Amino acid sequence: MAKAHESRRKERLDRGVKVRSDGVYAVASWREMAFLLGPRLLLIAGLLIMPLLLWPVPYWQKVLTIICIYSLLAIGFDFLAHYVGLVSLGGALYIGVGAYIAALLNTEMGLPLWATIPLATVLGGGVCTVLLWPCLPLRGVYFAIVSLMFPLLAARLIEAFDVFGGTDGVMGLDGFPNSWSEMYVLIICLLLALFALRRLVNEDVGLVFRGVKDNDQAVKASGINITTYKALGVFIASSLGCLGGACLAHIYMWAGISQFALDFSIIPIAATVVGGGGTLAGPVIGCLILVPISELLRDFGTLRIAVYALILMAFIVFKSEGLMSYGSRKYNQFEHWVEI
Amino acid sequence: MSEPVLSVRDVNKTFGGVKALTEVSFDLMPGDILGVIGPNGSGKTTLVNVITGFVKADSGQVLYKGKNLVGTAPHKIADRGLTRTFQVMRPYYSLPAYKNLIVPLFSPRARRTGGWRGGGRMGSRDTVAVDILEEIGFERESYVPYKTASSLPTGYLKRLELARCLALRPEVIICDEVFSGLSMSEMASMVPLMEKLQMEGITLIMVEHRLRELFRLANRVLVLNFGAKIAEGVPVEVMADKQVKEAYFGSEEVFSYV
Repeated sequence: MAKAHESRRKERLDRGVKVRSDGVYAVASWREMAFLLGPRLLLIAGLLIMPLLLWPVPYWQKVLTIICIYSLLAIGFDFLAHYVGLVSLGGALYIGVGAYIAALLNTEMGLPLWATIPLATVLGGGVCTVLLWPCLPLRGVYFAIVSLMFPLLAARLIEAFDVFGGTDGVMGLDGFPNSWSEMYVLIICLLLALFALRRLVNEDVGLVFRGVKDNDQAVKASGINITTYKALGVFIASSLGCLGGACLAHIYMWAGISQFALDFSIIPIAATVVGGGGTLAGPVIGCLILVPISELLRDFGTLRIAVYALILMAFIVFKSEGLMSYGSRKYNQFEHWVEI
Repeated sequence: MSEPVLSVRDVNKTFGGVKALTEVSFDLMPGDILGVIGPNGSGKTTLVNVITGFVKADSGQVLYKGKNLVGTAPHKIADRGLTRTFQVMRPYYSLPAYKNLIVPLFSPRARRTGGWRGGGRMGSRDTVAVDILEEIGFERESYVPYKTASSLPTGYLKRLELARCLALRPEVIICDEVFSGLSMSEMASMVPLMEKLQMEGITLIMVEHRLRELFRLANRVLVLNFGAKIAEGVPVEVMADKQVKEAYFGSEEVFSYV
């Protein structure tokens, strides 16, 4: 038995890649570079080609834009929850604030679309950070509950005071020139946000963020103001949400209180659970699965939520680590035969 | 006589009905090593927390270089050079040891001071971190600074906790039980390290249960019991104090081993 395999043995594909310690990479050949770059290129190319593949079905192209908006929210949620330690249910707040700011800048001040979206991203991030600032000392479930309250409150306030168009919302926004620009603006923003965040969490400042999450006492004792870093984290996450919200407003050519709907708070969390928390790419994969499922289930009518809940439960019970963590673990375990 | 670098005046702290600290006062001279001892629950860690701002004193003053620290946020106190270690170490277990020092090296104080012996401008934080670790006994030749924190024994983790303070180039370090949980040999190697820090001009407060090592190091010793100061002085005086024997050691026979 042993004799037959004497000259060959199984070896993990990443054997040449990982040297001495995790995280120190020594890339030696095209094959190893392909091993590392493969999954990243798959995601980039896949997202960029998707609109072309969906050409014959415009309805699904629309779904793709919605997937991107949810993905922006979801990577923001993942970053905030797993790298800064703030579980925020305020996704709907970010979308709503972004949508309203873009709508008001566009209709009241007449700014064009290419100016309103970046402005709404930055201003919206600022507004959300200021709103959430008093809640930053809260932790865990307390922060989650308070942040959930904000979108509900915002919708009721707009309704009660009849500001910003009241229940009708702000109408008459400029739309994107065509559906291609709609999709590609969102896809490129999503990819940029994803890779920028992944870079950020591995930089030195990312370690400070993780410190705030894991051991805030030690960070305080190191002479660093943790509130500043929490606020910075909230700003980053809410800016991503506001970017999504601003695009959403321009796609629908309308901003209204339904953009404070709880879907925007809940689906990113579900996507993070499905995709794997703390991976950043995982939530995008989660959105790519959950949003189309939710669209397909429209045929079931009211049973939609029940089926949806069952799928989520199945994920939590059988793959609680998330698809991305599972996938990357398996990917690194690939073996091949080598001559000795 | 020079000015005390830290002076604690009549500090009181109660948690509900429990008096954790009652009218505690002491002065800390620059370059000294002050030992703080006391039975379990005597308020040692509360004293550390009050000085470093993690807990706010009910009344009294904590004067650091002439300025009152009560009510100042912990990160601002650390920023002024008064740092502490924690009794329970919580490093980032998944990261290499030197990466654990990136957080303090990222702080405004470390940027100002250039980190430990780093000169004015800092190089890469990783390099400075490895230098600090080597300074306090992580052997670079055997790659100890590069090992993941989860694989390091308690002795190194205690040093890592100390290194976190050193990265800020502090003037005062308050060590909350750096000797606890160490083996005899680890403790033996820790003593010269503390002496070295003293030689570098760092003022130390050491909260300890290990009397043998503490009495070798400390210039002065402060004894707490039920939140009140019962004795203060040079180790020999404190050892002879009748009240200390009664409160801390129970009987004279046990005391004879020191």
